[in-house]
Amino acid sequence: MQLAKVIGDVVVTRKDENLTGVTLLVLQPLAADGSPIGRTLVAVDAVGAGVGETVFFVRGKEASFPFYPTEVPTDAGVVGIVDHWDLG
Amino acid sequence: MILARIVGTVVATRKDPRLVSNKLLIARPMDPHGKAEGSYLVAVDTVDAGVGETVLIVSGSSARMASGMKDCPVDAAIVGIVDTVDVAVGD
Repeated sequence: MQLAKVIGDVVVTRKDENLTGVTLLVLQPLAADGSPIGRTLVAVDAVGAGVGETVFFVRGKEASFPFYPTEVPTDAGVVGIVDHWDLG
Repeated sequence: MILARIVGTVVATRKDPRLVSNKLLIARPMDPHGKAEGSYLVAVDTVDAGVGETVLIVSGSSARMASGMKDCPVDAAIVGIVDTVDVAVGD
């Protein structure tokens, strides 16, 4: 899993039927110091996150597990909203 | 998932039988502001997208979870046609 900031959302009317009712967020992955790192991506939201929040997300087929038994076709999903993090 | 713009089509006569009657499109990944980034890819179309449209592409084994793609040899599937992308100012 990886830290990211929610920087936007995507509106998609015509889509796979299993994406119906699912929120799509634009994420900017973050390094441990909070700086942006890597390319932005679109992820499904499983926890009710919103723009401006720091979250962590999972990549791969596991991103669809929160929606089980619906097989949501996604390779990235937000699974937690970060309150804070500390580096040892 | 990534945002991409459809830039072309692919015609392939000889192919895996499980790809028969699937439409293949050439997509150019882009950032949320519409700027192209990364290299072109071929994606199977499940939502009737066309050249010039902005789409949502799911990659890897998750592509097989798209409608009708079960057990198909694909690693990129178009699962949505994007209406708008809203990005917070300053990001």
